[in-house]
This record gives sequence, structure tokens and C-alpha cells, in this order.
Amino acid sequence: MNERTLRFSIDGVPIEARPEQSIIAACDGAGVYIPRLCYREDLPPGGQCRLCTVNVNGRPSAACVTPVTRAAVVENATPALQAHRKALIEMLFVEGNHPCPFCEKSGDCDLQATGYRFGLSGMTFPYRFPKHEIDASHPEIFLDRNTCILCGLCVRASHADGKSVFGFEGRGARQRLAVNSAAGLSATDIEVADKAAAVCPVGCIVVKRTGYEKPYGERPFDDRSIGSDIEAKRIPVRASKEGHA
Amino acid sequence: MPARAASPPPRAVIAEIVASVGGDVTRLMDVLVAVQAQLSFLSDETLNAVAAELKVPYVEVVDTASFYAFFAREPQGRVQIRFSKTPVSMMKGAAEVVRAFEDALDVRIGETSADGIRLCWTSDIGMADQEPACLIDGMVFTNLEVRDVARIVNELRATDVPATASLPKAGCASNVRLRGDVLFAPYDRGTGLRNALGMTPEAVIDEVTRSGLRGRGGAGFPTGMKWGLTRRAPGDAHYIVCNADEGEPGTFKDRVLLVDAPDLVFDGMTIAGYALGARSGLMYLRAEYAFLLGDLERNLAERRRLGTLGTNVCGHAGFDFDIRIQLGAGAYICGEESALLESLEGKRGAPRDRPPYPTDRGYLGKPTAINNVETLACVPRILERGAKWFAGFGTAESKGTKLMCLSGDCSKPGVYEVPFGTTLNELLDLAGGEQAEAVQVSGAAGECVAPKDFGRGLCYEDLSTAGATMVFGPQRNVLEIVLQFAEFFADESCGWCVPCRVGTVLLKDSIQSTLDGHATRDDIIALESLATTVATFSRCGLGQTAPNPILSTLRNFPQIYESRLVAANDVRIDVGRAVEDAAAIQRRALVEQVAP
Repeated sequence: MNERTLRFSIDGVPIEARPEQSIIAACDGAGVYIPRLCYREDLPPGGQCRLCTVNVNGRPSAACVTPVTRAAVVENATPALQAHRKALIEMLFVEGNHPCPFCEKSGDCDLQATGYRFGLSGMTFPYRFPKHEIDASHPEIFLDRNTCILCGLCVRASHADGKSVFGFEGRGARQRLAVNSAAGLSATDIEVADKAAAVCPVGCIVVKRTGYEKPYGERPFDDRSIGSDIEAKRIPVRASKEGHA
Repeated sequence: MPARAASPPPRAVIAEIVASVGGDVTRLMDVLVAVQAQLSFLSDETLNAVAAELKVPYVEVVDTASFYAFFAREPQGRVQIRFSKTPVSMMKGAAEVVRAFEDALDVRIGETSADGIRLCWTSDIGMADQEPACLIDGMVFTNLEVRDVARIVNELRATDVPATASLPKAGCASNVRLRGDVLFAPYDRGTGLRNALGMTPEAVIDEVTRSGLRGRGGAGFPTGMKWGLTRRAPGDAHYIVCNADEGEPGTFKDRVLLVDAPDLVFDGMTIAGYALGARSGLMYLRAEYAFLLGDLERNLAERRRLGTLGTNVCGHAGFDFDIRIQLGAGAYICGEESALLESLEGKRGAPRDRPPYPTDRGYLGKPTAINNVETLACVPRILERGAKWFAGFGTAESKGTKLMCLSGDCSKPGVYEVPFGTTLNELLDLAGGEQAEAVQVSGAAGECVAPKDFGRGLCYEDLSTAGATMVFGPQRNVLEIVLQFAEFFADESCGWCVPCRVGTVLLKDSIQSTLDGHATRDDIIALESLATTVATFSRCGLGQTAPNPILSTLRNFPQIYESRLVAANDVRIDVGRAVEDAAAIQRRALVEQVAP
């Protein structure tokens, strides 16, 4: 630790961070999981899903876009925040059409896995049953907007690829994922090796002929819950403090 | 409907427009406004050509073009009529006026007549004191009555390019009902500006700080502090932005200032430019006020001629400053300062996460102070008469006067300039709103106040308001008004973040279901919980305030919900409707059962 290290706490657990680091990055490094659907450490944050909203000195702030501040008191897993997050997950399920039982992404889907982690068993909001186009024009990549959660990861990943394959279109409830040609995905320069083809956290952008390759029991979230990889990094040096967090 | 244009897009027209902004992609809003004016709508082919000329990806151009309500992606006809849809317009008979237009044109709202006249609803156009109102090809029409419709329609039909300004009910009134000492008192152009230029920029900021001036757009941030932060932030350019995107339903004071006191506003921007060390000022003017653009541009041209803009402003060596007006394209969210910056840069009006704050990284990433029209209009008067004089009006925390916009069930709707601290009761008495049973304070994003609170003072430390004051009498159904605000937020949500994009729609549906008599007590508990999630987790002020009409009526008018509840053990499923829904999802047709 050097003198530029910032210290703060999350649910009573002390965390050390580098200046300019976001709260979520610092917590990931320390093994404290903050739920998220639109954040990856290898891409700039977008702040779309708001699932990572924590209270920073009492003020709700998205942990992916909020830099760490010295001595901040952060609340994460409070009953109130968890209830709001559960409502957001539910919003995403009713906003789209999510056929989990037969979706190619089942067992490897961040939305589904987060739903399980939060014990989501049924919807209290009415389903919206939107109509969406499917874009199967590309020979190798399939685009199914029914499951899109507008997280923007593919948009940011495409920029990281040095391309602009994806973007948004429309506003509010009519907002949807757009591609860089009115003629569809096949008219863009996306390639299977692109990061943009790999980062979709749900079943919207999938590489063709790779579906259902892993049998039940071997899929990423079959035997572990989402976030458990982050929590495994936790060094339980201050176990006594954790108890009351 | 006219046939979809099959001919290739006139590339030369687009190339010329792009060249006129120097090929600058941050001027995409101007490019799209100009292209649409020439080609009537923005087809895929047109946007492809715009992207090619600007040398940016097509998807970036689509992003902006598809975001704003006034950009058309489909053929629209030759005349656009946009009717203001607000609780106040509906109270004043907008539905009847629209029906008369529908009948005269033989179309429904949202459609285009055989001869190319299109009718649609739009969000509040800033005419709450003279509703029903509409925009016809950008020209405003106010106090519309059913009997005006035949003449308007006949004249629109008579010529290809109608001279809208000469039609009946064209134009709007300022309706200044009470002139206070600060904003509607006589002012000679340049007086405050010349005083400011005789001081150091730091001294100007000190004077504004001492005056106690705070932001009039609603947030109430101290103006002097904002200017100091912006001036001190490092950057090779600094900007002053005037927020004239007055979209809050029930607000129209900025429109009146831009018509009756533009010199206060432009002097204020110029003083701010001097104080911040800025060479450029930008005014973001909402598309609904495009009819003001000509007069405002003429004022700017005159200022350049008189030397109050340009190089060495007012003969002050080394202070060069000019102002550009950027037109919006129909998006309430652009009144949010960071969304406004995105729009100024030619992008969709999605707010930014903060930090960084605009004072550090604003327009084009440079330190930027964004002030409301009314805030800037106070500045020249502070520099003319002194901070002490200004601070003599108002209360301990709220100095100066405030423009209040009265509309709805009051006999004298219009603008009232009153000192901060004036009570809601005093204001209602002035405006002839004694019958008020509910008042929506500070617009759709504000709160619905009951008579028990009418004695409260209008100021930052008590009943805080940006000015909109919608008065509802005993004959009004407050829950219907709540629904109209909920529809407004669902329409205007930018869509970026989940709680606002999905939550505003769910809130709207829940209020509708309550109005329809389908809600139980549990549903109201769930409604309150959902409203709290949207308010707590949304990214920007729009989502954070969208539940206010619901939460404040749950608090102040619980009876409007209680009176419609059904007992929890009542059967709540409408079997007929459930079967219809199921059939629709399965795309099956329901057939009449034939008796055996």
C-alpha cells in the first residue's frame, strides 16, 4: 500500500483502492460482490442497468460510474437496496421476452443467474410482451432483440474493437438496439472474433451453431451463483466485522 | 399518405448542408433540422448520405435522428399540426378542438390527411396560460376554439406552403400580470454589462455570489459558486450555456423573458462570458419555441452591430464574445443539463453520469456553466443595481424575485413576478384561483399540494419551485391528472437506464388500472414501492422526479386512491379480457360460439 491508496468501507468491510478507481472495481478486487448486468472491467462503464446502485455516504450512486472517495461509507447489501434491485431485475424480465427454459444462453445468462441469486420466482409486474424483429441475416451471428436488456455492452465492445457495429435507436420504451446498416447485421463489418460478438450478457447476440453445446450440469451457473467468483477472492482477515455487515 | 419517396436522396442538398457547418459532427442537430426542412423526413437513405458526408458511422446518425420527437423517420405530409397534450390543455378543451380538426380533415390524430396535413399530440409547448394551443409547421396557435378550425383548415388547404403567421389565432401573448422590481422593471440594454466590464471577472463573480442568486431552473444551485468553479477549472476554452429548453409542463416564463426581455438574457450571458473567461455562449432553444428564433437572431445581429457582441465587447480590449443559438428537436430530457450538453454536441439527449460535473468537463469536454434563462436575466440587474439591492428581495435563503407561471383553474393565468417567500395562497388570490383544491407546484416533476399547505412560502427553503403552478378546482379528477403526468414521463424517458425506461411505463399502467377500478390495497402498496425504486435508482432528475405526482398525491390526496379500491377478495380477473389477450398473443382470432 502506498500513500495514494484510498480507504473506504462497504457494509462495514474496509477496502483499499487506487485513486480514480470506481467503487465496483475496488470491491471486485477485494472480493465484495455488487450486483451488475452492464459492467465489465475490460470496458468503460455505461451506467445503464443501475443494479450496482449503492448508498455512498447515504446517497444512491451507481458503483460502476462513481469513483472511490476517501473514507466513504458505502452500503451495498441492505434489505432496501436489495429490494430495489430485485424490482429492476423483474423490470427487465417483463420488458422483454425471455424464454429461459429453451434459450441458448440458459445457464450462462447473467440476467437469469442474477434472477436466481435474488430468489426471483415469479413476476409481480405485468409482462409487456413486446414485438421484436429477429436479425438472422449474418451467416455466423444471430441477433434476437427479444432478450436484449439495452445494457450497451456490445456498443462499448464494438468501439473497443475499433468499429461501430452497434448503437441505439429511439427513446424510452421504444429504444432498441440498432446496427450500423439499415440492411441488418450482415451488412456490417462484425466478425465472430470481435469482442462485440462475445460480450452479450443475455441471449440477444449469439454466435450461430454454438448453442446448447454444454450439457446441463456443466454450464457456468449450474453449480455456482453469479458473483461467487468475485466473492471467492475475499480474504477473510476481518471475519468479526463481516458478521455484523 | 403520400407514397414513400422512391427517388434517390438529393445528395447535393445534404452535402451543401454538411458543408455549411464545416463538416462538424457536433453540429448534427443543425444538419438534421436543415435536411428535414429540405427533404421533409429522414429516410434510411438520407441518413446514410448524412453519415457519409460527415464521415461518421450510420448508426451514430440514426441514434440522434431517432431520439427527438420532431425528427421524422417516415413521410409526414406537407403540414404538421402538433397539439399540446397536458392536463391544462385537456381541461381547456384540447380534445374538442382536436376532434374538430379530425372531422374537418377526415383523419384521426396521428394520421396524415389525403392532402398531406398531419395531426399529432406533443408534450407541453409552453402555452399553459393560453391553451388549447398547437404548433402548425413551427408557428404557435393559442386559445383555439372549435369555431376556428374550419378557417384554419381551409387556408392550409388553399396553398402548398401556407403563410401560417396570418392564420386566425396565430401567435401568443406574454400575459405578464404582475411586474416586479427585478425582471420586468425598465432596463436599458448594456447597463449592467458595462458596469461588469469595469470590474475584474473575479469581482463580478463575487458580486453575483453576494447577491445570493440561485438557479431558477429548479435545482437552486448558487450561481456565483457555479461560475467560480467553472472559471477556476483548467481548460483551453470555457463556455456559458443558457438553458432555454423550457419543457416542464406548466412553465412558460422563459418564453416571456425571451420575448419581453431578451436584452436581460443576452446581457446576462455576456456578463457570464466575461466572468468565466469564455469566448462563446450557447443558447439551447427548445424546438417548440422555434418561432422566437427570428427575433432572437435579429437581436444578436444588432448587438454585433452595436459592439455589445464580437471582438472587444463594448470597447473592452481583449474581451471577445459571441452567442450561438442551438435549436432542439423535441425532447423534455434536454432540459436536464448534461443531456442538454449531449444534444449540443449533436448526440441523443441521454444524461451523463456525474462526476465529472459540467463545471469541470461540460460542452466539448471543457469547463461549462449552464444557467437557466431566468437566472441569467437576473445578472445584469445585479450588476446594475448591486448585490445588496438584489438581496433585499426575498427570504433568508432565496434572494430576489421569482417568475411564477399560473395556469389551469384561475381567472388570470399568466406570469407573476413576486418576491421569494410569497405564499401559495397570496399567489392564488392574485391569479383568481381561490377555488383551488389542488395545486401542482413546479410542474410535472414537482408535487401536488393540498389546501392545508397553501399557506407555505414559495422559496428554496420551503415550497421549492421552478415556477410552474397548475391550479385544479373542485370539478377536476386529480387521479386523471396524475395519469397524464405519468404518461408524459413514460413518453419523455430517454430510455438509457432501466428504472426510468421500464418503471415509468409500469407506473403509468398502474395508475390507469387504479382509475379503471381494478386496484386493491396491495396494488397501491406495490405502486408506492415501485415509485420509490424509480425515484431512488434512476440515473438523472427525470426518473428521480417522475414519481413525484404519484408519491405526493398518495401523501396529500389518499382519498383519490382509496375511493377506487376493490376489496382484495373480489375476483379481479376479467375472464373475457384474459381470453382476448391470450388469443392476441397466440395470434388466433376469437370466433362467436354458435349455439347448438
